[in-house]
Amino acid sequence: MSSDQNILVKLNKAGFSLNNKWLVKGVSLQVEKGKIVTLIGPNGSGKSTTAKIALGIYKKIDGSVEKYTNKVGYVPQKISIDWTLPLRVNDFMVLTESLDKESIDEALSLTGVIHLKDKNLGDLSGGEFQRVLLARAISKKPELLVLDEPVQGVDFTGEIALYELIKKISDELNCGILLISHDLHTVMSATDHVVCLNGHVCCSGSPMDVAKNNEYKALFGEQASQILSRYEHRHDHVHTSEGEIKKN
Amino acid sequence: MLDDFFIRALIAGIGVAIVTGPLGCFVVWRRLSYFGDTLAHSALLGVTLAYSMEFNIAFSVFIISSLIALTLIQLQKRTNLPGDALLGLLAHSSLAVGLVVIGFLSFIRFDIMGLLFGDILAVTVNDLLIIWIGGALILLVLKLIWKPLFASTVNYELAEAEGLNPDRAKAIFTILMAAIIAISIKMVGLLLITGMLIIPAAMARNISSSPQKMVIYSIIGGLLSVILGLFSSLEFNTASGPSIIAASLFLFILSLLNIKQSIKLKN
Repeated sequence: MSSDQNILVKLNKAGFSLNNKWLVKGVSLQVEKGKIVTLIGPNGSGKSTTAKIALGIYKKIDGSVEKYTNKVGYVPQKISIDWTLPLRVNDFMVLTESLDKESIDEALSLTGVIHLKDKNLGDLSGGEFQRVLLARAISKKPELLVLDEPVQGVDFTGEIALYELIKKISDELNCGILLISHDLHTVMSATDHVVCLNGHVCCSGSPMDVAKNNEYKALFGEQASQILSRYEHRHDHVHTSEGEIKKN
Repeated sequence: MLDDFFIRALIAGIGVAIVTGPLGCFVVWRRLSYFGDTLAHSALLGVTLAYSMEFNIAFSVFIISSLIALTLIQLQKRTNLPGDALLGLLAHSSLAVGLVVIGFLSFIRFDIMGLLFGDILAVTVNDLLIIWIGGALILLVLKLIWKPLFASTVNYELAEAEGLNPDRAKAIFTILMAAIIAISIKMVGLLLITGMLIIPAAMARNISSSPQKMVIYSIIGGLLSVILGLFSSLEFNTASGPSIIAASLFLFILSLLNIKQSIKLKN
């Protein structure tokens, strides 16, 4: 991998326990500038916990976490906002950092919710709120983006567009992204490094390496490996401008 | 001009209202009204301490309330009791201890009614200085911690993840709560301080669409309550605290009426 100064956050055998039960244990991973690292794994495998360790939300952890940036954008998986607060989208955008109008508008346009700017946060649908969450996280132009299921509840076409946006942001801002996603298609096509969790790291590496791994197959089943094979297939030809398919 | 007790009370009340406005919004947003009550109850102990040691009341109330707040945080960590039980325990036991201590201090003449419900006759020029200087300090600190405090009120994990240190902001806010109770105890009385914090803020919630507006309306509501309350206190010879709180209740009820709708109906 690349040199040390590109590292944004590094987990060293990190683990977290709650009420004498390990939520996740022995996780080592690092996120570098311009790279997308994806955490996959079944429910309860410690994906969100790992993200929270990386973010420094959990403090009493096993092992260590080294964070080299304070410019962080976070899209949590669950967010409960208290409606005793009168909060519009515009107020929510500047929650953790003061931004000028252009940055706010740009981010809201990118995620397709600029028309909701003056709406009350409580009046948004789940998908709309998710787009606002993502807009807020990218608006501050972070060095590290932690996205925990960032497109949950977003409609199908929106989902694809948002994943493309995430990929684009990673390239344009050269920021590191720690992504948690259930969508294996996305994971396989856009990710630099995959970490497969099941209470511990059961395998990690490039998407291709992970998909070939037997533990991965055991965890996700045959279908998941077939997704991989489709991707392998996709890479063995190119589409010419005339519409022909040309083998590499 | 400051020779007139009513003018002094008015200046004191205005100072208190400007500070309780924004703090009260956070009390409502963070659901801290019972916490405010607990600190206020413990203030009686601070007052008795001040009398017995000939100490400044505001200062000693501030110290005792801060200690109670710290005790609460420790108890939350060390016991499995629910938060409201701990608050009740601290509120009533510190009130009881305060009253028992008053019993022992029979050589000092106490105006308990004044302590519990506020006494505008008791406001001195010295109190004005404490309210305005203390109030300015509270607002300054609140401005400094506004971003992390507000962000963690909306969502703790977002604030923590994005490097805002919400725990420190929360601890500082607790101290500010103790401070506002200390400076407003003479005006409103210790039983009604929480009302001064939450009723104008609750009124503001009904009519505001953004956090900034809610803070501004809350201050305006507090100011109107103080002015209305003090004039009626003078007029009807009632205690200042209840008069102010009753005025704020009146404003709250007004805020419930949907003004826009009634205008539409008229047209």
